Amino acid sequence: MSEILTKARARNVFYGGSLFFTAVFVLMVWHSHHYIVTKSTAALPLTEEVVLGKQVWERHSCINCHTLHGEGAYFAPELGNVTTRWGVYDDPDTAFEIMKSWLEAQPSGVEGRRQMPFFALTDEEIRGLSEFLRWADHNDTQNWPPNDAG
Amino acid sequence: MKYQSQKVALAYFTVAMALFAIQVLAGLLAGWIYISPNTLSEALPFNIVRMIHTNALIVWLLLGFFGGTYYLLPEEAERELFSVKLAYLQLAILVVGTLGAVGSYLIGIHGGREFLEQPLWVKFGILVAALIFLANVTLTSLGGRKTAITNILLLGLWLLSLLWIFAFINPHNLALDKMYWWFVVHLWVEATWELVMAAILGFLMLKLTGVDREVVEKWLYVIVSCALFSGILGTGHHYFWIGTPSYWQWTGSIFSIFEAAPFFAMMSFAFIMVWKGKRNHPNKAALLWSLGCSVVAFFGAGVWGFLHTLHGVNFYSHGTQVTAAHGHLAFYGAYVMLNLAMITYAMPVLKGREPYNQVLNMASFWLMTSGMAFMTFTLTFAGVVQTHLQRVMGMFYMEVQDQLALFYVMRFGAGAAVGVGALLFIYTEFIVRREIITPGPVQVPGE
Repeated sequence: MSEILTKARARNVFYGGSLFFTAVFVLMVWHSHHYIVTKSTAALPLTEEVVLGKQVWERHSCINCHTLHGEGAYFAPELGNVTTRWGVYDDPDTAFEIMKSWLEAQPSGVEGRRQMPFFALTDEEIRGLSEFLRWADHNDTQNWPPNDAG
Repeated sequence: MKYQSQKVALAYFTVAMALFAIQVLAGLLAGWIYISPNTLSEALPFNIVRMIHTNALIVWLLLGFFGGTYYLLPEEAERELFSVKLAYLQLAILVVGTLGAVGSYLIGIHGGREFLEQPLWVKFGILVAALIFLANVTLTSLGGRKTAITNILLLGLWLLSLLWIFAFINPHNLALDKMYWWFVVHLWVEATWELVMAAILGFLMLKLTGVDREVVEKWLYVIVSCALFSGILGTGHHYFWIGTPSYWQWTGSIFSIFEAAPFFAMMSFAFIMVWKGKRNHPNKAALLWSLGCSVVAFFGAGVWGFLHTLHGVNFYSHGTQVTAAHGHLAFYGAYVMLNLAMITYAMPVLKGREPYNQVLNMASFWLMTSGMAFMTFTLTFAGVVQTHLQRVMGMFYMEVQDQLALFYVMRFGAGAAVGVGALLFIYTEFIVRREIITPGPVQVPGE
Protein backbone atom coordinates (compact mmCIF):
# COMPACT_ATOMS: atom_id res chain seq x y z
CA MET A 1 0.00 0.00 0.00
CA SER A 2 2.79 2.37 0.87
CA GLU A 3 4.05 2.32 -2.74
CA ILE A 4 0.66 3.03 -4.30
CA LEU A 5 -0.34 5.67 -1.77
CA THR A 6 2.56 8.09 -1.70
CA LYS A 7 2.35 11.32 0.26
CA ALA A 8 1.97 13.35 -2.95
CA ARG A 9 -0.92 11.14 -4.11
CA ALA A 10 -2.64 11.35 -0.75
CA ARG A 11 -2.35 15.13 -0.89
CA ASN A 12 -3.78 15.30 -4.41
CA VAL A 13 -6.71 13.07 -3.48
CA PHE A 14 -7.39 15.38 -0.52
CA TYR A 15 -7.41 18.59 -2.56
CA GLY A 16 -9.26 17.14 -5.54
CA GLY A 17 -11.89 15.36 -3.47
CA SER A 18 -12.50 18.35 -1.21
CA LEU A 19 -13.07 20.61 -4.21
CA PHE A 20 -15.48 18.08 -5.70
CA PHE A 21 -17.56 17.74 -2.51
CA THR A 22 -17.55 21.51 -1.99
CA ALA A 23 -18.91 21.98 -5.52
CA VAL A 24 -21.69 19.43 -4.93
CA PHE A 25 -22.52 21.09 -1.61
CA VAL A 26 -22.69 24.58 -3.13
CA LEU A 27 -25.05 23.36 -5.87
CA MET A 28 -27.34 21.67 -3.34
CA VAL A 29 -27.38 24.75 -1.10
CA TRP A 30 -28.15 26.94 -4.10
CA HIS A 31 -31.14 24.74 -4.93
CA SER A 32 -32.22 24.61 -1.29
CA HIS A 33 -32.13 28.40 -1.06
CA HIS A 34 -34.53 28.59 -4.00
CA TYR A 35 -36.73 25.85 -2.51
CA ILE A 36 -36.95 27.63 0.86
CA VAL A 37 -37.92 30.96 -0.65
CA THR A 38 -40.46 29.64 -3.16
CA LYS A 39 -41.86 26.53 -1.47
CA SER A 40 -41.22 25.59 2.14
CA THR A 41 -41.64 29.04 3.72
CA ALA A 42 -44.12 30.50 1.24
CA ALA A 43 -47.33 29.48 3.05
CA LEU A 44 -47.51 32.84 4.84
CA PRO A 45 -45.90 36.02 3.47
CA LEU A 46 -42.70 37.25 5.12
CA THR A 47 -44.25 40.53 6.28
CA GLU A 48 -42.65 43.40 8.16
CA GLU A 49 -44.39 42.14 11.29
CA VAL A 50 -42.67 38.75 10.93
CA VAL A 51 -39.28 40.42 10.38
CA LEU A 52 -39.82 42.60 13.47
CA GLY A 53 -40.76 39.47 15.41
CA LYS A 54 -37.53 37.76 14.40
CA GLN A 55 -35.58 40.79 15.61
CA VAL A 56 -37.41 40.74 18.96
CA TRP A 57 -36.72 37.00 19.18
CA GLU A 58 -33.01 37.65 18.61
CA ARG A 59 -32.66 40.74 20.79
CA HIS A 60 -33.86 38.80 23.82
CA SER A 61 -31.94 35.64 22.93
CA CYS A 62 -34.96 33.34 23.28
CA ILE A 63 -32.87 30.63 21.57
CA ASN A 64 -30.68 30.22 24.67
CA CYS A 65 -33.59 28.66 26.60
CA HIS A 66 -36.04 27.47 23.93
CA THR A 67 -35.63 25.43 20.78
CA LEU A 68 -37.04 26.55 17.42
CA HIS A 69 -37.47 23.69 14.94
CA GLY A 70 -35.39 21.65 17.37
CA GLU A 71 -32.38 23.98 17.48
CA GLY A 72 -31.36 26.03 20.48
CA ALA A 73 -31.10 25.34 24.19
CA TYR A 74 -33.01 22.49 25.82
CA PHE A 75 -34.14 24.37 28.93
CA ALA A 76 -37.60 25.45 27.77
CA PRO A 77 -40.27 24.16 25.35
CA GLU A 78 -40.03 23.91 21.56
CA LEU A 79 -41.64 26.97 19.94
CA GLY A 80 -41.65 25.98 16.26
CA ASN A 81 -45.17 24.61 16.70
CA VAL A 82 -46.33 26.67 19.68
CA THR A 83 -49.17 28.31 17.77
CA THR A 84 -50.52 24.82 17.00
CA ARG A 85 -50.34 23.95 20.72
CA TRP A 86 -52.15 27.15 21.58
CA GLY A 87 -54.75 26.53 18.86
CA VAL A 88 -54.03 29.86 17.16
CA TYR A 89 -52.37 28.53 14.00
CA ASP A 90 -54.76 30.54 11.80
CA ASP A 91 -55.84 33.18 14.29
CA PRO A 92 -53.41 36.14 14.47
CA ASP A 93 -55.53 38.17 16.92
CA THR A 94 -55.88 35.46 19.53
CA ALA A 95 -52.19 34.54 19.03
CA PHE A 96 -51.30 38.12 19.93
CA GLU A 97 -53.56 38.16 23.00
CA ILE A 98 -52.30 34.87 24.42
CA MET A 99 -48.72 35.94 23.79
CA LYS A 100 -49.29 39.28 25.53
CA SER A 101 -50.88 37.79 28.62
CA TRP A 102 -48.23 35.06 28.76
CA LEU A 103 -45.34 37.54 28.58
CA GLU A 104 -46.92 39.83 31.17
CA ALA A 105 -47.31 36.97 33.63
CA GLN A 106 -43.55 36.26 33.69
CA PRO A 107 -41.66 35.51 35.80
CA SER A 108 -44.10 33.26 37.62
CA GLY A 109 -41.94 33.28 40.76
CA VAL A 110 -43.27 29.82 41.64
CA GLU A 111 -40.70 28.03 43.80
CA GLY A 112 -39.05 25.09 42.01
CA ARG A 113 -40.35 26.05 38.56
CA ARG A 114 -38.10 27.22 35.74
CA GLN A 115 -38.43 30.98 35.40
CA MET A 116 -38.92 32.91 32.18
CA PRO A 117 -37.65 36.50 32.55
CA PHE A 118 -39.91 39.52 32.15
CA PHE A 119 -39.42 41.29 28.83
CA ALA A 120 -40.76 44.82 28.45
CA LEU A 121 -42.21 44.74 24.92
CA THR A 122 -44.54 47.11 23.11
CA ASP A 123 -47.79 45.77 21.63
CA GLU A 124 -46.25 46.09 18.19
CA GLU A 125 -43.31 43.93 19.21
CA ILE A 126 -45.55 41.34 20.84
CA ARG A 127 -47.63 41.20 17.68
CA GLY A 128 -44.42 40.77 15.68
CA LEU A 129 -43.34 37.91 17.90
CA SER A 130 -46.65 36.06 17.66
CA GLU A 131 -46.70 36.56 13.88
CA PHE A 132 -43.08 35.35 13.61
CA LEU A 133 -43.93 32.17 15.50
CA ARG A 134 -47.10 31.65 13.45
CA TRP A 135 -45.06 32.14 10.27
CA ALA A 136 -42.45 29.62 11.49
CA ASP A 137 -45.20 27.14 12.38
CA HIS A 138 -46.45 27.35 8.77
CA ASN A 139 -43.00 26.43 7.37
CA ASP A 140 -42.77 22.99 5.80
CA THR A 141 -40.41 21.12 8.15
CA GLN A 142 -40.95 17.63 6.72
CA ASN A 143 -43.65 16.98 9.35
CA TRP A 144 -41.32 17.57 12.27
CA PRO A 145 -42.02 17.55 15.26
CA PRO A 146 -43.69 14.14 15.52
CA ASN A 147 -46.58 15.49 17.65
CA ASP A 148 -48.02 18.68 19.12
CA ALA A 149 -45.94 18.34 22.31
CA GLY A 150 -43.02 19.64 20.21
CA MET B 1 12.53 26.36 23.55
CA LYS B 2 14.30 26.51 20.21
CA TYR B 3 12.88 29.82 18.99
CA GLN B 4 12.30 32.88 21.19
CA SER B 5 9.06 33.86 19.44
CA GLN B 6 7.41 30.60 20.58
CA LYS B 7 7.04 32.38 23.93
CA VAL B 8 3.96 34.16 22.51
CA ALA B 9 2.08 30.91 23.05
CA LEU B 10 2.36 31.34 26.82
CA ALA B 11 0.24 34.51 26.77
CA TYR B 12 -2.39 32.81 24.59
CA PHE B 13 -2.54 29.75 26.83
CA THR B 14 -2.87 31.94 29.93
CA VAL B 15 -5.89 33.82 28.58
CA ALA B 16 -7.34 30.57 27.24
CA MET B 17 -7.14 28.95 30.68
CA ALA B 18 -8.79 31.96 32.35
CA LEU B 19 -11.70 31.61 29.93
CA PHE B 20 -11.73 27.84 30.48
CA ALA B 21 -12.31 28.51 34.18
CA ILE B 22 -15.14 30.94 33.36
CA GLN B 23 -16.67 28.43 30.94
CA VAL B 24 -16.68 25.61 33.48
CA LEU B 25 -18.03 27.81 36.28
CA ALA B 26 -20.84 29.11 34.03
CA GLY B 27 -21.58 25.50 33.08
CA LEU B 28 -21.80 24.51 36.74
CA LEU B 29 -24.15 27.41 37.42
CA ALA B 30 -26.35 26.42 34.45
CA GLY B 31 -26.38 22.82 35.72
CA TRP B 32 -27.38 24.09 39.16
CA ILE B 33 -30.26 26.13 37.70
CA TYR B 34 -31.69 22.87 36.32
CA ILE B 35 -31.85 21.58 39.90
CA SER B 36 -32.83 24.81 41.63
CA PRO B 37 -34.57 26.90 38.96
CA ASN B 38 -35.09 30.03 41.05
CA THR B 39 -31.32 30.60 41.43
CA LEU B 40 -30.48 34.11 40.16
CA SER B 41 -33.53 33.89 37.90
CA GLU B 42 -33.90 37.66 37.71
CA ALA B 43 -30.32 38.90 38.07
CA LEU B 44 -28.73 36.38 35.70
CA PRO B 45 -31.30 34.38 33.71
CA PHE B 46 -30.47 30.99 32.22
CA ASN B 47 -30.10 32.28 28.65
CA ILE B 48 -27.29 34.66 29.70
CA VAL B 49 -25.50 31.97 31.72
CA ARG B 50 -25.63 29.60 28.77
CA MET B 51 -24.37 32.27 26.40
CA ILE B 52 -21.32 32.82 28.63
CA HIS B 53 -20.80 29.04 28.90
CA THR B 54 -20.80 28.44 25.13
CA ASN B 55 -19.04 31.65 24.05
CA ALA B 56 -16.24 31.28 26.58
CA LEU B 57 -15.71 27.74 25.30
CA ILE B 58 -15.50 28.76 21.65
CA VAL B 59 -13.17 31.69 22.29
CA TRP B 60 -10.78 29.76 24.53
CA LEU B 61 -10.59 26.87 22.07
CA LEU B 62 -9.71 29.35 19.32
CA LEU B 63 -7.13 31.01 21.58
CA GLY B 64 -5.69 27.55 22.20
CA PHE B 65 -5.49 26.92 18.45
CA PHE B 66 -3.80 30.29 17.93
CA GLY B 67 -1.36 29.70 20.78
CA GLY B 68 -0.67 26.15 19.62
CA THR B 69 0.01 27.40 16.11
CA TYR B 70 2.41 30.08 17.36
CA TYR B 71 4.19 27.39 19.37
CA LEU B 72 4.59 24.77 16.66
CA LEU B 73 5.02 26.93 13.58
CA PRO B 74 8.58 28.16 14.32
CA GLU B 75 9.70 24.57 14.92
CA GLU B 76 8.07 23.36 11.71
CA ALA B 77 9.12 26.33 9.57
CA GLU B 78 12.53 26.43 11.25
CA ARG B 79 12.47 30.18 11.74
CA GLU B 80 11.16 32.83 14.14
CA LEU B 81 7.60 34.12 13.76
CA PHE B 82 7.14 36.90 11.22
CA SER B 83 6.12 39.33 13.97
CA VAL B 84 5.84 38.88 17.70
CA LYS B 85 4.28 42.35 18.07
CA LEU B 86 1.43 41.46 15.70
CA ALA B 87 0.79 38.31 17.70
CA TYR B 88 0.42 40.33 20.92
CA LEU B 89 -1.71 42.94 19.15
CA GLN B 90 -4.00 40.13 17.94
CA LEU B 91 -4.30 38.80 21.49
CA ALA B 92 -5.05 42.28 22.85
CA ILE B 93 -7.89 42.72 20.35
CA LEU B 94 -9.33 39.33 21.30
CA VAL B 95 -9.12 40.07 25.03
CA VAL B 96 -10.86 43.44 24.62
CA GLY B 97 -13.51 41.81 22.43
CA THR B 98 -14.08 38.97 24.89
CA LEU B 99 -14.35 41.26 27.91
CA GLY B 100 -16.63 43.52 25.89
CA ALA B 101 -18.85 40.61 24.91
CA VAL B 102 -19.14 39.20 28.44
CA GLY B 103 -19.74 42.68 29.85
CA SER B 104 -22.50 43.42 27.37
CA TYR B 105 -24.14 40.01 27.95
CA LEU B 106 -24.31 40.81 31.65
CA ILE B 107 -26.22 44.03 30.95
CA GLY B 108 -28.47 42.34 28.42
CA ILE B 109 -26.92 43.47 25.13
CA HIS B 110 -26.47 40.55 22.75
CA GLY B 111 -27.55 39.04 19.47
CA GLY B 112 -29.88 36.09 19.26
CA ARG B 113 -28.33 33.60 16.86
CA GLU B 114 -27.08 30.75 18.99
CA PHE B 115 -23.27 30.89 19.60
CA LEU B 116 -23.03 34.06 17.47
CA GLU B 117 -24.49 36.39 20.09
CA GLN B 118 -21.47 38.73 20.10
CA PRO B 119 -22.27 42.41 19.43
CA LEU B 120 -21.36 43.49 15.90
CA TRP B 121 -18.21 45.40 16.95
CA VAL B 122 -16.90 42.26 18.67
CA LYS B 123 -17.57 40.24 15.52
CA PHE B 124 -15.52 42.75 13.54
CA GLY B 125 -12.79 42.61 16.19
CA ILE B 126 -12.65 38.83 15.79
CA LEU B 127 -12.41 39.27 12.01
CA VAL B 128 -9.55 41.78 12.32
CA ALA B 129 -7.74 39.54 14.82
CA ALA B 130 -8.17 36.57 12.48
CA LEU B 131 -6.74 38.54 9.57
CA ILE B 132 -3.73 39.64 11.61
CA PHE B 133 -3.21 36.04 12.66
CA LEU B 134 -3.48 34.69 9.12
CA ALA B 135 -1.06 37.30 7.80
CA ASN B 136 1.41 36.56 10.57
CA VAL B 137 1.40 32.78 10.26
CA THR B 138 1.24 32.75 6.46
CA LEU B 139 4.25 35.06 6.15
CA THR B 140 6.12 32.94 8.68
CA SER B 141 5.31 29.79 6.76
CA LEU B 142 6.15 31.20 3.33
CA GLY B 143 9.62 32.24 4.46
CA GLY B 144 10.47 28.89 6.02
CA ARG B 145 10.29 25.14 5.67
CA LYS B 146 6.87 23.93 4.48
CA THR B 147 5.56 20.71 5.93
CA ALA B 148 2.27 18.83 5.59
CA ILE B 149 1.54 19.70 9.22
CA THR B 150 1.76 23.43 8.56
CA ASN B 151 -0.05 23.14 5.20
CA ILE B 152 -3.02 21.40 6.78
CA LEU B 153 -3.01 23.60 9.86
CA LEU B 154 -2.94 26.81 7.85
CA LEU B 155 -5.56 25.53 5.40
CA GLY B 156 -7.87 24.75 8.31
CA LEU B 157 -7.28 28.17 9.89
CA TRP B 158 -7.81 30.02 6.60
CA LEU B 159 -11.03 28.18 5.87
CA LEU B 160 -12.47 28.64 9.35
CA SER B 161 -11.70 32.35 9.18
CA LEU B 162 -13.37 32.65 5.78
CA LEU B 163 -16.46 30.85 7.11
CA TRP B 164 -16.68 33.52 9.84
CA ILE B 165 -18.07 35.79 7.08
CA PHE B 166 -21.36 33.91 7.51
CA ALA B 167 -21.55 35.19 11.09
CA PHE B 168 -22.41 38.56 9.51
CA ILE B 169 -25.10 37.20 7.18
CA ASN B 170 -28.48 36.98 8.86
CA PRO B 171 -31.39 36.64 6.40
CA HIS B 172 -34.89 37.69 7.51
CA ASN B 173 -36.15 34.28 6.43
CA LEU B 174 -35.67 31.93 9.41
CA ALA B 175 -35.03 28.85 7.26
CA LEU B 176 -32.34 30.65 5.24
CA ASP B 177 -30.88 32.01 8.47
CA LYS B 178 -30.59 28.47 9.83
CA MET B 179 -29.16 27.06 6.61
CA TYR B 180 -26.32 29.62 6.47
CA TRP B 181 -25.81 29.63 10.26
CA TRP B 182 -24.64 26.02 9.98
CA PHE B 183 -21.89 27.17 7.58
CA VAL B 184 -20.19 28.60 10.64
CA VAL B 185 -21.27 26.07 13.22
CA HIS B 186 -21.09 22.72 11.42
CA LEU B 187 -18.35 23.55 8.92
CA TRP B 188 -16.24 24.72 11.85
CA VAL B 189 -16.50 21.82 14.24
CA GLU B 190 -17.15 19.01 11.77
CA ALA B 191 -14.82 20.08 8.97
CA THR B 192 -12.25 22.87 9.30
CA TRP B 193 -11.52 22.40 13.02
CA GLU B 194 -10.82 18.74 12.27
CA LEU B 195 -7.99 19.91 10.00
CA VAL B 196 -6.54 21.91 12.87
CA MET B 197 -7.02 18.96 15.19
CA ALA B 198 -5.30 16.50 12.83
CA ALA B 199 -2.36 18.86 12.31
CA ILE B 200 -1.80 19.52 16.02
CA LEU B 201 -2.19 15.83 16.86
CA GLY B 202 0.27 15.04 14.07
CA PHE B 203 2.78 17.50 15.54
CA LEU B 204 2.39 16.01 19.03
CA MET B 205 2.83 12.46 17.70
CA LEU B 206 5.92 13.49 15.80
CA LYS B 207 7.45 15.00 18.94
CA LEU B 208 6.29 12.44 21.48
CA THR B 209 6.90 9.21 19.59
CA GLY B 210 9.77 10.06 17.24
CA VAL B 211 8.06 8.35 14.29
CA ASP B 212 9.27 9.17 10.79
CA ARG B 213 7.79 12.45 9.47
CA GLU B 214 6.95 10.89 6.10
CA VAL B 215 4.67 8.34 7.82
CA VAL B 216 2.93 10.97 9.96
CA GLU B 217 2.26 13.24 7.01
CA LYS B 218 0.83 10.56 4.76
CA TRP B 219 -1.56 9.61 7.57
CA LEU B 220 -2.54 13.25 7.96
CA TYR B 221 -3.67 13.59 4.35
CA VAL B 222 -5.75 10.42 4.66
CA ILE B 223 -7.35 11.70 7.87
CA VAL B 224 -8.22 15.14 6.54
CA SER B 225 -9.56 13.59 3.33
CA CYS B 226 -11.94 11.49 5.43
CA ALA B 227 -12.88 14.62 7.40
CA LEU B 228 -13.82 16.83 4.47
CA PHE B 229 -15.26 14.16 2.17
CA SER B 230 -17.73 13.17 4.90
CA GLY B 231 -18.08 16.47 6.75
CA ILE B 232 -19.03 18.80 3.91
CA LEU B 233 -22.11 16.89 2.73
CA GLY B 234 -22.59 15.67 6.31
CA THR B 235 -23.89 19.21 6.93
CA GLY B 236 -27.08 17.63 5.59
CA HIS B 237 -27.82 16.11 9.00
CA HIS B 238 -28.71 19.63 10.16
CA TYR B 239 -30.97 20.18 7.17
CA PHE B 240 -33.56 17.52 8.01
CA TRP B 241 -36.29 19.64 9.66
CA ILE B 242 -35.60 23.34 9.13
CA GLY B 243 -37.44 23.90 5.86
CA THR B 244 -34.82 22.49 3.49
CA PRO B 245 -35.71 19.89 0.81
CA SER B 246 -36.19 16.23 1.73
CA TYR B 247 -33.17 15.01 -0.27
CA TRP B 248 -31.00 16.20 2.61
CA GLN B 249 -32.38 13.35 4.71
CA TRP B 250 -30.57 10.62 2.79
CA THR B 251 -27.61 12.82 1.92
CA GLY B 252 -27.13 13.82 5.55
CA SER B 253 -27.68 10.32 6.91
CA ILE B 254 -25.28 8.59 4.52
CA PHE B 255 -22.47 11.12 4.72
CA SER B 256 -22.67 11.47 8.46
CA ILE B 257 -22.20 7.71 8.87
CA PHE B 258 -18.78 8.37 7.38
CA GLU B 259 -18.16 11.31 9.72
CA ALA B 260 -16.97 8.77 12.28
CA ALA B 261 -14.18 7.76 9.85
CA PRO B 262 -11.75 10.66 10.43
CA PHE B 263 -12.09 10.22 14.20
CA PHE B 264 -11.52 6.49 13.93
CA ALA B 265 -8.51 7.20 11.72
CA MET B 266 -7.11 9.72 14.22
CA MET B 267 -7.49 7.20 17.04
CA SER B 268 -5.79 4.45 15.03
CA PHE B 269 -3.10 6.89 13.95
CA ALA B 270 -2.29 7.98 17.51
CA PHE B 271 -2.04 4.42 18.86
CA ILE B 272 -0.09 3.04 15.90
CA MET B 273 2.41 5.91 16.15
CA VAL B 274 2.93 5.18 19.83
CA TRP B 275 3.46 1.47 19.16
CA LYS B 276 5.84 2.16 16.30
CA GLY B 277 7.63 4.98 18.07
CA LYS B 278 11.10 4.53 19.39
CA ARG B 279 11.30 7.64 21.52
CA ASN B 280 10.51 7.47 25.21
CA HIS B 281 9.49 11.08 25.75
CA PRO B 282 9.48 12.12 29.42
CA ASN B 283 6.26 14.15 29.14
CA LYS B 284 3.90 11.26 29.81
CA ALA B 285 1.04 13.62 30.67
CA ALA B 286 1.10 15.09 27.16
CA LEU B 287 1.00 11.57 25.72
CA LEU B 288 -1.94 10.70 27.96
CA TRP B 289 -3.90 13.75 26.80
CA SER B 290 -3.06 13.10 23.14
CA LEU B 291 -4.18 9.48 23.21
CA GLY B 292 -7.16 10.35 25.40
CA CYS B 293 -8.15 13.09 22.98
CA SER B 294 -8.22 10.71 20.02
CA VAL B 295 -10.27 8.13 21.93
CA VAL B 296 -12.81 10.47 23.52
CA ALA B 297 -13.18 12.39 20.24
CA PHE B 298 -14.02 9.11 18.52
CA PHE B 299 -16.66 8.26 21.11
CA GLY B 300 -18.03 11.79 21.57
CA ALA B 301 -18.08 12.93 17.97
CA GLY B 302 -18.07 9.60 16.14
CA VAL B 303 -20.18 7.24 18.21
CA TRP B 304 -22.48 9.69 20.03
CA GLY B 305 -22.88 11.63 16.80
CA PHE B 306 -23.87 8.52 14.89
CA LEU B 307 -26.30 7.60 17.66
CA HIS B 308 -28.81 10.23 16.55
CA THR B 309 -27.69 11.24 13.07
CA LEU B 310 -29.84 8.92 10.91
CA HIS B 311 -32.95 10.86 9.95
CA GLY B 312 -35.30 8.07 11.06
CA VAL B 313 -33.85 8.31 14.57
CA ASN B 314 -33.30 12.05 14.54
CA PHE B 315 -36.99 12.62 13.75
CA TYR B 316 -37.63 11.54 17.35
CA SER B 317 -34.43 12.55 19.15
CA HIS B 318 -33.84 15.99 17.57
CA GLY B 319 -33.40 18.77 20.12
CA THR B 320 -33.53 16.57 23.24
CA GLN B 321 -30.95 15.88 25.95
CA VAL B 322 -29.41 13.34 23.53
CA THR B 323 -28.08 16.32 21.59
CA ALA B 324 -26.74 17.87 24.79
CA ALA B 325 -24.96 14.60 25.67
CA HIS B 326 -23.30 14.42 22.25
CA GLY B 327 -22.36 18.10 22.30
CA HIS B 328 -20.59 17.84 25.63
CA LEU B 329 -18.54 14.71 24.92
CA ALA B 330 -17.67 15.72 21.36
CA PHE B 331 -16.43 19.19 22.28
CA TYR B 332 -14.57 17.85 25.27
CA GLY B 333 -12.93 14.94 23.45
CA ALA B 334 -12.07 16.59 20.19
CA TYR B 335 -11.17 20.16 21.05
CA VAL B 336 -10.84 20.66 24.80
CA MET B 337 -8.57 17.63 25.20
CA LEU B 338 -6.60 18.58 22.09
CA ASN B 339 -5.84 22.00 23.52
CA LEU B 340 -5.04 20.58 26.95
CA ALA B 341 -2.68 18.09 25.25
CA MET B 342 -0.87 20.89 23.45
CA ILE B 343 -0.72 23.01 26.62
CA THR B 344 0.55 20.05 28.64
CA TYR B 345 3.23 19.45 26.02
CA ALA B 346 4.30 23.07 25.64
CA MET B 347 4.08 24.49 29.17
CA PRO B 348 7.12 22.73 30.68
CA VAL B 349 9.15 24.02 27.73
CA LEU B 350 7.69 27.52 27.83
CA LYS B 351 8.21 27.85 31.57
CA GLY B 352 11.62 26.16 31.59
CA ARG B 353 10.59 23.38 33.94
CA GLU B 354 12.02 20.27 32.31
CA PRO B 355 12.31 17.53 33.45
CA TYR B 356 8.94 17.61 35.03
CA ASN B 357 6.62 14.70 35.57
CA GLN B 358 3.13 15.97 35.78
CA VAL B 359 1.35 13.52 38.04
CA LEU B 360 -1.17 16.10 39.23
CA ASN B 361 -1.88 16.93 35.62
CA MET B 362 -2.62 13.25 34.97
CA ALA B 363 -4.94 13.21 37.98
CA SER B 364 -6.83 16.12 36.43
CA PHE B 365 -7.08 14.12 33.19
CA TRP B 366 -8.87 11.26 34.93
CA LEU B 367 -11.11 13.55 36.98
CA MET B 368 -12.22 15.61 34.01
CA THR B 369 -12.54 12.70 31.62
CA SER B 370 -14.48 10.43 33.94
CA GLY B 371 -16.68 13.35 35.00
CA MET B 372 -17.45 14.18 31.40
CA ALA B 373 -18.12 10.52 30.55
CA PHE B 374 -20.56 10.23 33.46
CA MET B 375 -22.26 13.48 32.43
CA THR B 376 -22.65 12.10 28.93
CA PHE B 377 -24.20 8.87 30.20
CA THR B 378 -26.71 10.66 32.45
CA LEU B 379 -27.71 13.08 29.71
CA THR B 380 -28.03 10.22 27.23
CA PHE B 381 -30.37 8.33 29.56
CA ALA B 382 -32.30 11.56 30.19
CA GLY B 383 -32.54 12.07 26.45
CA VAL B 384 -33.82 8.58 25.77
CA VAL B 385 -36.51 8.94 28.44
CA GLN B 386 -37.39 12.39 27.12
CA THR B 387 -37.59 11.15 23.53
CA HIS B 388 -39.94 8.37 24.52
CA LEU B 389 -42.23 10.39 26.79
CA GLN B 390 -42.37 13.51 24.65
CA ARG B 391 -41.91 12.40 21.07
CA VAL B 392 -43.58 8.99 21.23
CA MET B 393 -46.12 9.32 24.04
CA GLY B 394 -46.81 13.00 23.38
CA MET B 395 -46.45 14.23 26.98
CA PHE B 396 -45.84 17.96 27.28
CA TYR B 397 -42.33 19.35 27.66
CA MET B 398 -42.49 20.57 31.26
CA GLU B 399 -44.17 17.39 32.56
CA VAL B 400 -41.40 15.38 30.91
CA GLN B 401 -38.73 17.59 32.47
CA ASP B 402 -40.11 16.78 35.94
CA GLN B 403 -39.44 13.12 35.17
CA LEU B 404 -35.80 13.87 34.42
CA ALA B 405 -34.94 15.55 37.74
CA LEU B 406 -32.73 12.72 39.00
CA PHE B 407 -30.63 12.76 35.82
CA TYR B 408 -30.04 16.48 36.25
CA VAL B 409 -28.83 15.98 39.82
CA MET B 410 -26.36 13.34 38.60
CA ARG B 411 -25.31 15.63 35.77
CA PHE B 412 -24.49 18.35 38.28
CA GLY B 413 -22.36 15.92 40.29
CA ALA B 414 -20.49 14.89 37.16
CA GLY B 415 -20.06 18.56 36.27
CA ALA B 416 -18.59 19.26 39.71
CA ALA B 417 -15.94 16.58 39.04
CA VAL B 418 -15.15 18.21 35.71
CA GLY B 419 -14.92 21.59 37.45
CA VAL B 420 -12.51 20.32 40.10
CA GLY B 421 -10.46 18.62 37.37
CA ALA B 422 -10.30 21.81 35.32
CA LEU B 423 -9.19 23.93 38.26
CA LEU B 424 -6.61 21.28 39.18
CA PHE B 425 -5.30 21.35 35.61
CA ILE B 426 -4.94 25.13 35.68
CA TYR B 427 -3.24 24.91 39.08
CA THR B 428 -0.71 22.34 37.88
CA GLU B 429 0.16 24.28 34.75
CA PHE B 430 0.49 27.73 36.27
CA ILE B 431 1.27 27.40 39.97
CA VAL B 432 3.20 24.20 40.60
CA ARG B 433 6.87 25.06 40.29
CA ARG B 434 8.51 21.71 40.59
CA GLU B 435 7.16 18.22 40.88
CA ILE B 436 9.59 15.35 40.58
CA ILE B 437 8.55 11.92 41.63
CA THR B 438 11.49 9.56 41.75
CA PRO B 439 10.71 6.12 40.41
CA GLY B 440 10.75 3.29 42.94
CA PRO B 441 13.14 0.33 42.64
CA VAL B 442 12.53 -1.83 39.60
CA GLN B 443 10.36 -4.78 40.52
CA VAL B 444 11.57 -8.16 39.37
CA PRO B 445 8.56 -10.26 38.33
CA GLY B 446 7.93 -13.14 40.72
CA GLU B 447 9.33 -16.53 39.82
